Amino acid sequence: MSQTTQNEAASLKVVDAHVAARQTWMGLLARADAKALEKAWSELEDKPDYTVLRTPETGMVMVRARTGGEGQQFNFGEMSVTRCVVRTDTGHQGHAYIAGRNKTHATIAAVLDALLQVPERREALDAEILEPIRSSLNRQDNETADKVAATRVDFFTLVRGDD
Amino acid sequence: MLMNSQDVQPLPGFAVPVHDSQRVFRGILDAMAHPGKIVELTDLPDAPKALNKTAVAICLALVDFETPLWADDAISAQSQALTHIQFHCSCPITTTPEKARFALLSKGSDLASLKTFCQGTDERPDLSTTVIVQAEGFGGGEDVRLTGPGIKTETTLSITGVGTEFWQAVRDNTQGFPRGVDLMICTDNAIMCLPRTIQVEA
Repeated sequence: MSQTTQNEAASLKVVDAHVAARQTWMGLLARADAKALEKAWSELEDKPDYTVLRTPETGMVMVRARTGGEGQQFNFGEMSVTRCVVRTDTGHQGHAYIAGRNKTHATIAAVLDALLQVPERREALDAEILEPIRSSLNRQDNETADKVAATRVDFFTLVRGDD
Repeated sequence: MLMNSQDVQPLPGFAVPVHDSQRVFRGILDAMAHPGKIVELTDLPDAPKALNKTAVAICLALVDFETPLWADDAISAQSQALTHIQFHCSCPITTTPEKARFALLSKGSDLASLKTFCQGTDERPDLSTTVIVQAEGFGGGEDVRLTGPGIKTETTLSITGVGTEFWQAVRDNTQGFPRGVDLMICTDNAIMCLPRTIQVEA
């Protein structure tokens, strides 16, 4: 591999890592409990000034699915989604897409997305905002898994009389 | 970091998207139904460089993912202009005027001919391009007399800040009826329409 393609590959990896990290925090902000997020936001120090580029708006998106995760895609159903885009005074653009119609949630998630793009603030925000969301989502997942596991039924087939 | 510089980022769109786009749509409808009538549009969001507020408002109200947009070189050179429109309208940008459903022309651009835009067909004249022309203002230039559908007797008006060949291009545009393009003339705070039915007398 030549030097230039190596450099390109390396820079692509950096972009990919950045994209992956951003996808993770945008996902967490979107799935966070709206009330908890609002509280965390109100307690946050050093909030930036921001301009709303796309006012929070609610629309429908078609959710597509595959039975058992394979086979043909089909339209599962529509869900309401609220999106918002802001620009902070540091010039970072924050986007948010959240399920439901909570416009405050969408706005806060968008501003936090913009803030998390500032490398100097990421660590503190991760601890203050993202970590509580992560643990609460984990707890919910575990609770669901426990409930499901408690009622688990193992099916097995006895040998039937026919060949 | 990508897209950090303020002057390539989109600006805020309509403050109240539903009501503002309905209001602008109503204004466009009024202007298109009464060719030559100057319809004022107020309280519009800021426009990026190379575009005026009315032209942007028209795009925000009418352009969407199904309507390819073409812009002349002066506008395309200002990356914020197209970024702004694309961000809010999610429209494809085309470099072929023939394929565009909407076209944006910069102020004073030399409009030699409107034939490069899609003229529609005899069966589907509605497939033609709608051309958004930016101008300096109405009045204060050389008067022309307009007659045609939507005008009871006649209207006299002038436009400043359009190319020298403008009126000739408008006259030529009426010759192929029902094919042809419709023009929306925009200043900073008003719109006036010249559909393909207009008759222009010097």
